[in-house]
Amino acid sequence: MPLLRVDDVVVQFGGVTAVNHANFQVEEGTVTGLIGPNGAGKTTCFNVITGLQAPTAGRVFLDGKDITRMPVHRRARHGMGRTFQRLEAFGSLTVEDNVRVALDVHNGFRGLLRDVDGSADLEIAALLDRVGILEYAEERADSVPTGTARLLEVARALACDPRLLLLDEPSSGLDEAETKAFGSLLLELAAEGRTILMVEHDMDLVLRVCHGIHVLDFGSIIAEGTPAEIRTNPVVQKAYLGYSDDSSAADLDETIAAPVSEEVAL
Amino acid sequence: MSEFISYTIIGIFTGAAYAIAASGLVLTYSTTRVFNIAHGAVGMVFAFVYWDFSVRQGFPVWISLILVLFVAAPLFGVFVQRVLARGLGSAPVSVSLVVTVGLLVGLIGVATQIWPPEARTLPQFFHGHLIRVGSVVITWQELITVTLSIVVAMSLYVLLTMTRIGTAMRASVDNPELLQLYGGRPQVVAALAWAVGSSLAALAGILLAPVVGLQYYDLTLLVISAYAAAMLGRLTSLPMTYVGAMALGIGQSYVVGYLQNIPFSDKVPGLPAVIPTVFLFAILVLLPQAPLRIGQVKGMVSAPVPSLGKAARWGTLLVVLVLFISVGMPDSKLLLVGTAATYAIVMLSLVLLTGYGGYVSLAQFTFAGVGAVAYSKVDQPNLFGLLVAVLIAAAVGAVVAIPVLRLTGLYLALATLAFAQLMDKLVFQASFAFKFDNPLHAERLSIFGVKVDGTGSYAVVMTVFFVLIAMVVLAVRRGRLGRILIAVRDSPAAAGTLGIDMRWLRVGLFAASAGIAGLAGALFAGLRGTIVAFDFQFFASLLLLLMAVVWGVTSVTGAAIGGIFLMYLPVAQSDNPSIAGLLFLLLGVGAVILARDPNGLANKLFQIPGWIQDSVYPAIVRRFPAMAMNKESGYDDPASLEEVDADAVAAR
Repeated sequence: MPLLRVDDVVVQFGGVTAVNHANFQVEEGTVTGLIGPNGAGKTTCFNVITGLQAPTAGRVFLDGKDITRMPVHRRARHGMGRTFQRLEAFGSLTVEDNVRVALDVHNGFRGLLRDVDGSADLEIAALLDRVGILEYAEERADSVPTGTARLLEVARALACDPRLLLLDEPSSGLDEAETKAFGSLLLELAAEGRTILMVEHDMDLVLRVCHGIHVLDFGSIIAEGTPAEIRTNPVVQKAYLGYSDDSSAADLDETIAAPVSEEVAL
Repeated sequence: MSEFISYTIIGIFTGAAYAIAASGLVLTYSTTRVFNIAHGAVGMVFAFVYWDFSVRQGFPVWISLILVLFVAAPLFGVFVQRVLARGLGSAPVSVSLVVTVGLLVGLIGVATQIWPPEARTLPQFFHGHLIRVGSVVITWQELITVTLSIVVAMSLYVLLTMTRIGTAMRASVDNPELLQLYGGRPQVVAALAWAVGSSLAALAGILLAPVVGLQYYDLTLLVISAYAAAMLGRLTSLPMTYVGAMALGIGQSYVVGYLQNIPFSDKVPGLPAVIPTVFLFAILVLLPQAPLRIGQVKGMVSAPVPSLGKAARWGTLLVVLVLFISVGMPDSKLLLVGTAATYAIVMLSLVLLTGYGGYVSLAQFTFAGVGAVAYSKVDQPNLFGLLVAVLIAAAVGAVVAIPVLRLTGLYLALATLAFAQLMDKLVFQASFAFKFDNPLHAERLSIFGVKVDGTGSYAVVMTVFFVLIAMVVLAVRRGRLGRILIAVRDSPAAAGTLGIDMRWLRVGLFAASAGIAGLAGALFAGLRGTIVAFDFQFFASLLLLLMAVVWGVTSVTGAAIGGIFLMYLPVAQSDNPSIAGLLFLLLGVGAVILARDPNGLANKLFQIPGWIQDSVYPAIVRRFPAMAMNKESGYDDPASLEEVDADAVAAR
């Protein structure tokens, strides 16, 4: 059974249809890409899945349970975490306090003890180190670079120990080396059994780390498959790149030159 | 039957006037995303201006109308948009609420300054001219009002759908930046919306003043009726707003007309006045869930949070100071010291709610009143009685927050305004509370069997309460709850996706805040011995909010200083009656200026030590090297320098 199932979801804003009968599934323990041109409805899909946007029609299932009407915070308690395309770090707090809030909420009253014995501090440091931003721990979150703030959102989401992690353009603002390290982190998380659904424009990253890819255009899924299938799919090339000639296919070929297995070995 | 028709006609007339007021509110809100709490106050001021032109100066009615509706009111609207409301639509709701509350208080100040209280009557249009249909009488005023409301509706329809600027107005609702990219000018559109909105407020004020009376507060509170009507159209739909206004006007008229037929109606004499409020709560409960705001939010710079030790030392100093000055002070002055402590505690309730939580309440004094009434009625002048008063006030606070659980901070603030008015007119007047301003009696507090009888010692005890609550508030700010509150304020959407249930957090915050205000009210009742409903009227809550913003709603220091100034405000007004209104205006202007920096003046005080250390001290040393202090003297230690300087500030 898939961990997440989006079933015929429609979202309309006035006369505009942002999501138009979208259907897709995310298998447990995989990294899944949700790609598509700007305005295809990717972030709106994320908002529906996390409960920030009520769908006009359709349903969302988490682990077989219908969560369409479940409030945002209860979805988090059911193991859903996310990051945002437009940053939503808690700007008035330091980087480490951002993570601390998440940990406090996740631990509830048990966390009071952890504050005393200092194990919470250790866990916060470990999370920041894991995403590679430990050096920024004491800075205010609204003063760090964009890429760092994005990684902070990942660390903050991980503090709640999510089963399903939704990442909205996590790599924008990261340089090449950081993106590479981030790709390895995603595969590590998947290997731990976490499920990741990622909206991403960096095709290099998507094709390298994703096990499966869904392509969204005008609010509907127009293709899905493995990276190898997606890059050769002419419909995708037309919708996503706006043209479908041989040179673009060659571009896509180039971007996946590094095979997945090599990344895993990193 | 003719009675029924008469009530219907009066209702249609009232509804038409409400519709005019409400459509102005909707127009400005939907175009600029600024909800103008001062909408009724604008109508009130221009009703006075119209009275001044047409009655006092004796201009012909039509000239006065043209001057007010097409010159003065629109110019005022443009002025407000240019000077006060610019960029407010994208600011946090708490900021735009404070700015428009500042405008409201400022306008009441202007009105009382220019037109001091005296009996004035504004005659109806064509007074004495009547139309009789059978036994039903229609006045020309009613006919004109209904006609004008139809004219306004049609004009707005033409403006919004058939003109270029109207289309731009509708476009600017969705995205002013985008409108700018396409060559529209959002500033012009916003200015027009404010001009028309202000003019419609003026028209409604002029039409209703002969009926309601030329009263500062009653006309200002018409905003609640307009708001209730506008809510039915969710602040954006004009047709639904008209439907709401008519339903409200007619419903209110029937209640007024048939109330005496209902048993026990004499127990609730204020009922007709609060029909709009009841209507409003009913609509609020039925509104759908508001989506959480998404979009990058920059964090706020908050006032520094002192350590526990520092707060304790300062608190002790404050108590000692009050102890010191209370010796040999006459009781009349000691009552003022106690009053300042009361207000400072009420302000602490705002530090928690608004400073940390980001929610605005316009009913803190009402909660204080609940605490005071409870303390007096329970009649247990000891810590138990105090606790009961606190719990009752907290429960009432939660009850206000629960209907607006699913809605945003704007609706919450307006619900508190409506609640305050409801309590003023209905509950505090009822036989179980003040019963038409009859004083209630309360005894001074006993603590563990020791009765605090002297006014001086009571003032000291109140100061101790202030210090204790301030330390609790600071402990909350430093702890995990404080972090969560800041997180929710910075990004509700992210906080929600981490698993924070914001709705109940908000109810809890509201209850805690109301509880603190209730404690202040209970202590105040004991201080005064007798209390009246006037001590807790809604307008005081507005002054409180503004004073808190001016002195800094994010720090307990701001609360302490703000409390002293709020106590001093009526004293200054009765000492200088000739500038009583100007003081309101000054407060309103101060709040408007400082609203965008909620840390207020208190935070400026905190910056003085750093400024001395970084700029003043080096400059002195450069000029007089002999003044340089060596490291051991302790004066170079920033912490001790800060405290020494803060001592000097406190002494001032």
